[in-house]
Amino acid sequence: MIAIIDYGAGNLRSIKKAVENIVGKNVKISSDKKEISKADGIVLPGVGAFSPAMKFLKEKNLIETITDFAKTGKLVLGICLGMQLFFEESEESLKTRGLGLLKGKVKKLPATVKLPHIGWNCIELKIKNEKLKIAKDIKDHTFYYFVHSYYCEPEDKNIIVATTEYGIKFASIIEKDNIIGTQFHPEKSSESGIKLLKGILEKNAYKKDNTLS
Amino acid sequence: MLTKRIIPCLDVKDGRVVKGIHFKNLRDAGDPVEIASRYSIEGADELVFLDITATIEKRKTIIEVVRKTAEKVFIPLTVGGGIKDVEDIRNLLNAGADKVSINTAAVKNPELIKIASEKFGSQCIVVAIDAKRKVSSKQLAVSKGIKSKILKWEVYIESGTKPTGLDAIQWAKKVEKLGAGEILLTSIDFDGTKLGYDIELTRAVSEAVNIPVIASGGAGHPKHLYDVLTKGKADAALAASIFHYNQYPIKKVKKYLARRKIPVRM
Repeated sequence: MIAIIDYGAGNLRSIKKAVENIVGKNVKISSDKKEISKADGIVLPGVGAFSPAMKFLKEKNLIETITDFAKTGKLVLGICLGMQLFFEESEESLKTRGLGLLKGKVKKLPATVKLPHIGWNCIELKIKNEKLKIAKDIKDHTFYYFVHSYYCEPEDKNIIVATTEYGIKFASIIEKDNIIGTQFHPEKSSESGIKLLKGILEKNAYKKDNTLS
Repeated sequence: MLTKRIIPCLDVKDGRVVKGIHFKNLRDAGDPVEIASRYSIEGADELVFLDITATIEKRKTIIEVVRKTAEKVFIPLTVGGGIKDVEDIRNLLNAGADKVSINTAAVKNPELIKIASEKFGSQCIVVAIDAKRKVSSKQLAVSKGIKSKILKWEVYIESGTKPTGLDAIQWAKKVEKLGAGEILLTSIDFDGTKLGYDIELTRAVSEAVNIPVIASGGAGHPKHLYDVLTKGKADAALAASIFHYNQYPIKKVKKYLARRKIPVRM
């Protein structure tokens, strides 16, 4: 089962439908500790804002659940805000700590460009295709759909799989072992997004015979 | 590089797509889910559903349309028309809409923009502005040469029927401050004419704010999209009728733009 973490911010239906499209009906939207712990992989979706999301996770006692889950080696996929929550802190809300799964900060995109960064932008792969652990078939210069005003700045640059340019070059796909993040929304990126999501889920959480490990 | 977005708009009435001019002589044009997935396959960057259902009893039909579309179509979906409060917004987002577009309710209660953007995030709150030139229609006919400094636009609400006295540029700045993530800007003068977008209006608003502006109203030829994305400084172009009847399929429009060095997703 894939658990999509609910932090009470609306529209989780798009991501749920996209994941269902790949793995079948075994997908749950959840903020329940037990259910999340039992999942084969979890998705931190990209809805809402940094501080309310962390506050919600704290109130539901889910912070430890997620960090413990990450230690099991099972897939933790963060999309947009979900990826930003992996880090220690964000300029969006300086007083709120992130999950701290990865070292680094979340910063605001420069004021020289229109914000939010909304629309289709392309990625530039930093790691040679054949070496990619995340999903073999990501192609350089593929377009994905972005909606954000903040970006992640990982301390360890080696976890950056791809970058995108908007006012500044920022990390648009990151991967550290079982922790994968995309700054764009694969579930809103038409065929190329669904293909990427499929690659990630198949490689990390879901076996080809259509059963979940 | 961030590409310019091409956005088809579907008018939805009682759960069906309708086509007509200025909301008159409407005829059935098909199932919204089918048309939405066709546009997505053809390369639409986003979709907009404008709900023009007149009766309150039938207003729930749009929720069902959004639910079904979200199951099949994996590009961003904006829904507008008749949204009054936070509850309406929540219902549409929960059904699978990525953004909502607010028009009349935003003018009547600007606080709604603030509350909704804090609650759901700026990225899903689009404020639709219907603007009309403050010149007579006779002047308008020859106005293509008029310099923008003498032009003013007034904001209209209730499907373009009711003037508000608000200046469109000032209103655009205000909605940005209140937390709108994007502006969907429609020229009442040019809408349905197929003569092209109101370039001066679009440029004036686009230069006044630091959030993306989607231009709407008047597209009749790919050249019009080119003009509004360059001279008009729009971030995205919305159109309805040129994509209907396959006169200019989305791919063809995008190829036209790409050949002229406009960054588009192919």
